[in-house]
Amino acid sequence: MAEFLQHCANAMILGGTYALLGIGLTLIFGIMRVVNFTHGELYTFGAYMAFMLAGLFAFNFFVSLVLAALLGVALGALIERVLLRPLRGADIDTTMLVMIGAGIALQASEQLVWGGVAKSVPNPFPTAPLTIGPVSIGPIRLFVLGVAVLLLIAFYGLINRTRLGMAMRATFQDPDTAALMGVNIRVMYTMTFALGSGLAAIAGALLGPIFIVYPTMGDLVALKAFAIVILGGLGNIPGAVIGGFVLAFVEEFGAGYVSSGYRDAMGFLLIIAVLIVRPRGLFAAKERIG
Amino acid sequence: MTQQLLPWLFLAFMATLPLWMTDLYVLHVLVSTGIFIIGAMSLNLLLGYTGQLSLGHIAFFGIGAYTSALLSLGFDLDLGGAEPFVVGPQPVWIAFTGGVLMAAAFGGLIGKLAFRVRGAYFVIVTISFAQVMRMVALNWVDLTEGPMALTGIPPLSVWLPGEGVIGLYDKLSNYLLVLGVAVVCYVVIRHLVDSRVGRAMVALRENEPLARSVGIDVTRYLVIATVIAAGMAGAAGGLYAHYVRIVDPDVFLFIYTVTMVIMVITGGKGTLAGPIVGGLLFGALPEVLREVARPEVQWIVYGIAMIVIVFFLPQGIVPAAGRLWERLRPRRPAPGGTALRAGKETSA
Repeated sequence: MAEFLQHCANAMILGGTYALLGIGLTLIFGIMRVVNFTHGELYTFGAYMAFMLAGLFAFNFFVSLVLAALLGVALGALIERVLLRPLRGADIDTTMLVMIGAGIALQASEQLVWGGVAKSVPNPFPTAPLTIGPVSIGPIRLFVLGVAVLLLIAFYGLINRTRLGMAMRATFQDPDTAALMGVNIRVMYTMTFALGSGLAAIAGALLGPIFIVYPTMGDLVALKAFAIVILGGLGNIPGAVIGGFVLAFVEEFGAGYVSSGYRDAMGFLLIIAVLIVRPRGLFAAKERIG
Repeated sequence: MTQQLLPWLFLAFMATLPLWMTDLYVLHVLVSTGIFIIGAMSLNLLLGYTGQLSLGHIAFFGIGAYTSALLSLGFDLDLGGAEPFVVGPQPVWIAFTGGVLMAAAFGGLIGKLAFRVRGAYFVIVTISFAQVMRMVALNWVDLTEGPMALTGIPPLSVWLPGEGVIGLYDKLSNYLLVLGVAVVCYVVIRHLVDSRVGRAMVALRENEPLARSVGIDVTRYLVIATVIAAGMAGAAGGLYAHYVRIVDPDVFLFIYTVTMVIMVITGGKGTLAGPIVGGLLFGALPEVLREVARPEVQWIVYGIAMIVIVFFLPQGIVPAAGRLWERLRPRRPAPGGTALRAGKETSA
């Protein structure tokens, strides 16, 4: 029982960051119809920025997290402006190839700038774990879960309670009609990509202090983000949140009770299984995409 | 006329190349590039002719490599029964054939599963498949040796009159072997795309609902294309395993699929010559860059090259060169000539 609760706690913490990664990716897909292969690189970028600010410049840890997220937003806006805006209306395979190219270039740049040696992000949290009943959790992990949940709530509010969110939802449903109603579609696309990128960057900055930071850290994460998004249905935001937690629980319990070596394979097996049973994801989106 | 002659001229050039190019390093680069070109040609069948962006293609390459290596080394499989299932070392060509068949079988299986979905879903299923394969290769240590890799794989061999069976250890014979396999694959693909199957594939690439409506069994043709493409990728993997003589789980890395995709896109997807042109270019590029730039910079150039090509040469080099050729050649009034030639471009 104690072991079971510990696995649940670990899965919740992992699930929070997975959900952040998932909603960024699914938002970009849902609104822009772009399969974003730079998502994992934005995650890596966020982690390196946190390392640079908190580690090299000795900024306050919390300020560094905020700045890392903002830099992620800026990089995302730049990518959208330079690479995606000229390709609006191109078919999905074309933008996918451009995004793969951009992902390769970004990852190689990170390797060039930071070298292959793994970095760790200093943080002000004590290393001694907190013990709550049978479960023990590192304080920083609890902090990460808290921030992730706050961001998820803030994001939900942004999408459902603000004018910007309304414009985004309108663009999602029908870009042409939204444009006729006075929504600036170009701005909406840039904002969407920047916001999604910012979420990936903050996820990287949050996990950087827990794990280590290295140039290829985003590879597996990007693929997992795809798994999450597929689970929830492409373009389905609540689905991505649930998908994030589902993946985290499957990984945690799969690793705990089946085989730890196949931990990272769980997500992919899950995708294949889900698509065989329900080809449009667990929470089917309104239309078939492709 | 020239267009029919071109493949033969190119083949003659490649076959006689070792006569004057004796640098072993260059031969080695050509062997590795050739193996990748075979992979790219097989990917082109899916990406170029059926229009399905399969990003797990390296899985078939890896399955071919592992199967061929394991069969030639011998292995025992403990499936939980009383007696482990023991396979002794097999002759290399039987192992190689086994690798091709295994890859093709996986192609059939994955094709049946993955083609239930299209577009972005299909892409992600194929990536997932390659990832799962990599995890299996890493973790099934009893069979694959995991990260310790399979080593001491015997080379492929030939029987020569008077000499008996000799192992192909040197670069020159491997070069000729890869060239031979590449020619076989080229001929198979060429016949395939000119056949009923090939026309069905192009029809469903251009307009799937329409193809369906005229009675083309879309899924069946997609699976056929995947089985053949997977078998060829498996052959490339087998060649790789017996040439390099060591196979580790990194053969399943995503970046190798990307390399093949870049080759196909750059050369021109849906053209017979495209993967060869793109493959030679991207096979040579790292060697040229190696002199002047660090590996990271090479990858940056790769990534940017990919973006630039998609932006400025979306059809790839071969169709662009074809159009240039049409513009430069002296115009002769031939009835209906332009339409015919335009049609030919896509299959050239």
